[in-house]
Amino acid sequence: MIRVRRSAVIDAPIERVWAVLRDFNSHSAWHPAVGPSTIERGEAPDQVGCVREFALKDGHQIREQLLALSDRDHVSTYCILDATLPMRRYVATVQLKRVTDGDRTFWHWESTFDVPRGREREFEQLVGGQVYEAGFTGLAAFLRRGGRSSPAVRAVDAQGVVATAFGGPEVLELRRLDSMPPTSGEVRLRQTAIGVNYIDVYIRKGLYRMIDPPAPIGMEAAGVVVESNAPGFSPGDRVAYACPPPGAYATMRTVPAAQLVLLPDHVDEETAAAIMLKGMTAEYLLHRTHRVKPGDTVLVHAAAGGVGLLLCQWASALGARVVGTVSSEAKAELARANGCAHPIVTRTYSFAENTKQVTGGRGADVIYDGLGREAAQENFAALAMRGHWVSYGQATGPLDPVTLSEKSGTFSQPVLFHYTADDLHPMAGRVFTALRDGILKADIRRRYPLAAAADAHRDLEARRTTGQIVLLA
Amino acid sequence: MIKVYTSSVIDAPADAVWARVRDFNGLPHWTPFVVESRIEEGQPADRIGCVRNFRLRDGGMIRERLLTLSDYDYQCSYAILESPMGVENYVATLKLTPVTEGNRTFAEWWAEFDCAPGREQALTEQIGQGVFQAAFD
Repeated sequence: MIRVRRSAVIDAPIERVWAVLRDFNSHSAWHPAVGPSTIERGEAPDQVGCVREFALKDGHQIREQLLALSDRDHVSTYCILDATLPMRRYVATVQLKRVTDGDRTFWHWESTFDVPRGREREFEQLVGGQVYEAGFTGLAAFLRRGGRSSPAVRAVDAQGVVATAFGGPEVLELRRLDSMPPTSGEVRLRQTAIGVNYIDVYIRKGLYRMIDPPAPIGMEAAGVVVESNAPGFSPGDRVAYACPPPGAYATMRTVPAAQLVLLPDHVDEETAAAIMLKGMTAEYLLHRTHRVKPGDTVLVHAAAGGVGLLLCQWASALGARVVGTVSSEAKAELARANGCAHPIVTRTYSFAENTKQVTGGRGADVIYDGLGREAAQENFAALAMRGHWVSYGQATGPLDPVTLSEKSGTFSQPVLFHYTADDLHPMAGRVFTALRDGILKADIRRRYPLAAAADAHRDLEARRTTGQIVLLA
Repeated sequence: MIKVYTSSVIDAPADAVWARVRDFNGLPHWTPFVVESRIEEGQPADRIGCVRNFRLRDGGMIRERLLTLSDYDYQCSYAILESPMGVENYVATLKLTPVTEGNRTFAEWWAEFDCAPGREQALTEQIGQGVFQAAFD
């Protein structure tokens, strides 16, 4: 049995060092000998029992399992499950201790294992030198450069799309932005994909007074953590968010960790940016505001749009009969392919008669209405007795007060962020599961460079788009 | 129960530091505030249970009993029997760990004790900075 012990002092507070080391999958970001690494089965990197699979840069493959993790004692213990190296019964412990003198960190790294007879010295040197000592140096350097995960990040100045005034797409301008370092509880992201939503248009126009121009806009994005000042997030983590305040149209952003969700391996960043806000919208509309049951008739407006397609996919998977409105035959085809049994082509918001027709005169049990004023009369007419009219957007202008006593109807005006404030993780989790199970499919037809955000808005407002739109930073 | 924890890095190999620290009668050689020390009843300084009786630069007398001494772990602990500090149930532990990088020593010194209400902050400061950190320096 060989025992290898190495220790060093890192010139950073223990909290900062531990935030990186407690993440079982962070080593590819800071260890010079470690290549790509993933946690198997999409488990969290601080879940005891999780397995990381990685390649060393010399080509060796290793699988290691996390055996113990203590935030109280700053200890992490792990073992090798399989390796292309002839090491057996390898168990290693990383322990940190606070150096109160100078607020530094003492790092002790120790392991025991067996190797073929005669190769003990070689492996003592390999593990002690090229793994532990190189790791000390690598992590110290990683922290010195601000915990950023790749050299490319340093070269990128933060840029963002700013609404210079309330108005048309022409008010959007790409400008240099300050990227603030994360304070306690915050995380800085290098954003790779940004979702475009109709709410961005409302905010740009000043319909929703959520900014004071000039100010950046955008409600959702996905990217990679480059600097963390919050437990549970480490450099290299892939994350996404969908929340106010506006400002997501940017290359770098610092956000509260409470707003972030970690992306499972099966969700790439483009998909996350395309689907976080719209997917969670579909989630609460179908599962929370109104619990859609098999046999319900659901009327979805803009059925080929970003949220519309997701509503069609998910509602049909729930066993509902989906009636949808679209503005062209091509969009009707797309909606049909996504679970809309009865697409209605109309550019004048007349759909009540058609809806009645396909429901034997009954109308829709629930209407998901993002249209607003222009479609109000038709929506009322299309609503079934005791139906539920859910107004979650107002593309054609605000609704006048609604009276539904004639139909014993229910009217709801839900806001996504009132749901995510309490239920972000279960909501995002249900969206990711639906993606994994093939119930939801992102349909990204248009990708624009961040600088072309104004074009994206023009196309969205001109109804030239289907599916989801993302900006690439 | 109050707990004080102080740690530092000493620029000397752990075995050399330990050779100094393990001498329970050696405080005058390496701390700035102890002028004179003896082991009561003529006991050896590494015998568990022995009592060191030492005088501080300011004239105060302290008696401490050796509780544990480990040459394997580079660790020792002791309890205060009598002191002018106004502490009770005071047990302190000093532990050294080699820092392989640079062949230095990570030194930890912590104590747990009870004291009169209101004196916690002052004693924590006095022991952590005035005693442990001053001794490391």
